[in-house]
Amino acid sequence: MRVVRAMVAGWAIHFKQESRNPFFLWIVICTPLIYATMAYFLFRGGTEGPTLVAAAIGTGVMGIWSLTTTAAAAALQQRRRMGILELLVAAPLPFWAVLAPITIAISALGVYSLAASLLYTRLLFGVSVGIEDWVAFVVAVPVSIASIGMLGFMFAAAFIRFRGAWAVGNLFEFPVWTICGLLIPIAVLPAWVEPISWVFAPTWGMNALRDAALGSGSPWGAIAMCVALSVVYGALGALLLRIFLRSARNRGTLALT
Amino acid sequence: MRRRLRIFAIGGFLSYRALFGWLNPYLFVIILLVPSVTQILFFAYLGRAAGVEDDTFYVVGNAVVAAAVPGLFGMADTITDERYTHTLSLLVVSPASRLALFLGRAAPVAVNGAVVAAFAFTVGSLILDVTVPASAFLPLVVTVLVTAFSCTGLGIVNASLGLRWRESALLSNLLLYFLLLAAGVNVPLDLLPGWLSTIAQGLPVTHGVEAARGLVAGDSLADVAPLLGAELLVGLAYATVGLFLVRLFEVEARRGATLELA
Repeated sequence: MRVVRAMVAGWAIHFKQESRNPFFLWIVICTPLIYATMAYFLFRGGTEGPTLVAAAIGTGVMGIWSLTTTAAAAALQQRRRMGILELLVAAPLPFWAVLAPITIAISALGVYSLAASLLYTRLLFGVSVGIEDWVAFVVAVPVSIASIGMLGFMFAAAFIRFRGAWAVGNLFEFPVWTICGLLIPIAVLPAWVEPISWVFAPTWGMNALRDAALGSGSPWGAIAMCVALSVVYGALGALLLRIFLRSARNRGTLALT
Repeated sequence: MRRRLRIFAIGGFLSYRALFGWLNPYLFVIILLVPSVTQILFFAYLGRAAGVEDDTFYVVGNAVVAAAVPGLFGMADTITDERYTHTLSLLVVSPASRLALFLGRAAPVAVNGAVVAAFAFTVGSLILDVTVPASAFLPLVVTVLVTAFSCTGLGIVNASLGLRWRESALLSNLLLYFLLLAAGVNVPLDLLPGWLSTIAQGLPVTHGVEAARGLVAGDSLADVAPLLGAELLVGLAYATVGLFLVRLFEVEARRGATLELA
């Protein structure tokens, strides 16, 4: 119970704090706007492609991923630079319960991304954004965001040894945009890509949101996959943290970049 | 004159190396080289999905715009990193020629942009099986160099704004996004609204990309010379405005004692 309370409080305070970061806000709002505009011109000019509503949702998820892959991966580095990493590690709370709310709070900023993308598509391009299954959509949004945040948590743990963790995380921006079906239908990609996309939460988050919005299938399977992947990312991230933190404490390198 | 050349060459070289996490080259690979290729793949498959243009269009467009990344971000970072390391005031108070100082920092960044673009072009073409006529290689090198210079011109404007605005990384991202959208890199200019394609004529990259596409399609260097001239002119205009703004904002910052606060 103590851990849950600390995680909720940690999430709330970091969400408020990161919501005041102009760089983060502009990235989550501008990324979908630029890519939604690009998709609008490309898919209207082309002869095939997903519907613009799916593209709007896809660009929203792209914004979530864009911020998560960079900012969440660098979350530990940022604490180290602020000089509070040792204090956080020394706290009686398990360290994963400190770090996970930070990365989930960062990806939760993506809710602005999703809203901006849908509003922009509706207001500027006049594309009607109807949601077929509101219940599933309302469930899918937080579940998708949380699963992407947990992937960010695993990245943060995995890249703890890299001084340029944000840059290592950033390496995954375009590949995940490409293979997870956010804007590009998976059918266009080589067949061997699809199984790889299954291990990334944005794939299932996108499927859940798209199916809930368009009614193109049941979104509940994808929502369940998001939950399952969150648990896997959490377990792997916690394990990696344990290994790296023990190593850093043994060598006395926790505060070193 | 000798002192100016020294500031230009040695100062520029050290500043360039400092951009990569204090002399660590692995950041060069993961920040510039790998993303330039993954970006090409993303847009090539997006183009296939939309059925708008072929792979060649996206390989050439995104390889050329890869020259913009070092120009935009690198130039802005030369200001923000100085502020971060608390050396900006020392730099501003020094009697060094601002022209030599900033051109010295711009030159390696422009060459870097050209190298990244060449890498992206080569790897993107190999992966997506895009054929480039052998006769186009040298003219393409010229095109990429001209475009890298022109992007660095915009980068100097971006850097000057860093004297007034703390969030220069944000501005760099916005400028890059705008180039991706409006400079004919990923969306053909005839699919954009008229006002946007008109703005594109004043952006770096627009003419360079068009010239590169012409060369890959079989045009000669003479055929694309007017486009390269336009690209060069755009770059010169941005560089001139940028150097003027650096001077202006520096004087204003000294007057208001806001150099470290922006």
